[in-house]
Amino acid sequence: MDHTADGHEPVVREEEAIQHPLGIYFKIWILLFVLSAMSYAVDYYQVQGYMRWFLILFFMVLKAGLIIAVFMHMVWERLAMVYFILVPPALLLTLVAIGSLEADWTFFQRGVYFLKELVIAAPASPHH
Amino acid sequence: MSTETMASDSLELKPGIAGFFDDWSSDQRAFKGVPWGKAMMWIFLVSDTFIFGCFLASYMTVRMSTLEPWPSSSEVFALSFGGAPIPLILIAIMTFVLITSSGTMALAVNYGYRKNKWVTFWLLFATAILGATFVGMQVFEWSKLIFEEGVRPWGNPMGAAQFGSVFFMVTGFHGFHVSIGVIFLFIFSYKVARGHLDDQTPGWFTKRGGNYEEIEILGLYWHFVDLVWVFIFAFFYLW
Repeated sequence: MDHTADGHEPVVREEEAIQHPLGIYFKIWILLFVLSAMSYAVDYYQVQGYMRWFLILFFMVLKAGLIIAVFMHMVWERLAMVYFILVPPALLLTLVAIGSLEADWTFFQRGVYFLKELVIAAPASPHH
Repeated sequence: MSTETMASDSLELKPGIAGFFDDWSSDQRAFKGVPWGKAMMWIFLVSDTFIFGCFLASYMTVRMSTLEPWPSSSEVFALSFGGAPIPLILIAIMTFVLITSSGTMALAVNYGYRKNKWVTFWLLFATAILGATFVGMQVFEWSKLIFEEGVRPWGNPMGAAQFGSVFFMVTGFHGFHVSIGVIFLFIFSYKVARGHLDDQTPGWFTKRGGNYEEIEILGLYWHFVDLVWVFIFAFFYLW
């Protein structure tokens, strides 16, 4: 069966509307609202430290997962497409790892050189 | 050609991981039962993921390496409605507007497949208006930062200079995506209302016949824009 959209083919996927009842969209919609409100609450109540990071990432992953899975219909796709979409972006974690190594090194170097200049520029500081 | 060979492609598709290997090792096409436009939209979205991924990874790198204190987004994006300033409220409202538009878009796709022309039209139109509202609020946010707070891509009075460059680059690129989405939402509202998708009227640019699958493809783009905002909200505004 040819699925290339050549413009003369009738819509063949009417069964899809039956597969996805409207209820699931409303449920996900409400969940997204609740999760957004909760991630805003993290800032509003000024949760700090590791707890802040955990909550921010937790709500982010849940929201992203719900949007991709249901709104973007990923749960109804075949694995051939699911893997093609989800696996390559995992490479970005490599970039994040390289970036954080680089950033730590830069931060260290700036600390050594910029702060040293500040100390030399102000030798008469009462603390020394 | 015998019909058997022609039909071999549409033989029972295997589910699960066996289906994955079957699809990827098959002739001609790996994405079975997926309209061409939808597969192409996903390829575009994966590439766009890398663009935003690179932006966010670079943002992490510059933020971790600066000695200057990073401006507090909670205070920078606070607004006061007569009383005390409410932290980050502008961004919270923008988030809710975008999520609402994602919901109306998801429903538009569903009603499109039911061939319910007018409900699809109104839902698409509502999505476009909500998207335009988001862009409008972003214009307000940018003007406030540029004219009142004095934020520039090369510096700002609140702290690390990188704050401005990251802010304008990341939210600017996202806002650009939203704006393009709003334009296409208006175009497709028009096409739906005029019955172009029911009558399979050829589009002026692609010359391919209209079809309600296009609403799903447009929906993928729109949800992706919302998805990117989820990450920007977490990493830029809440960090």
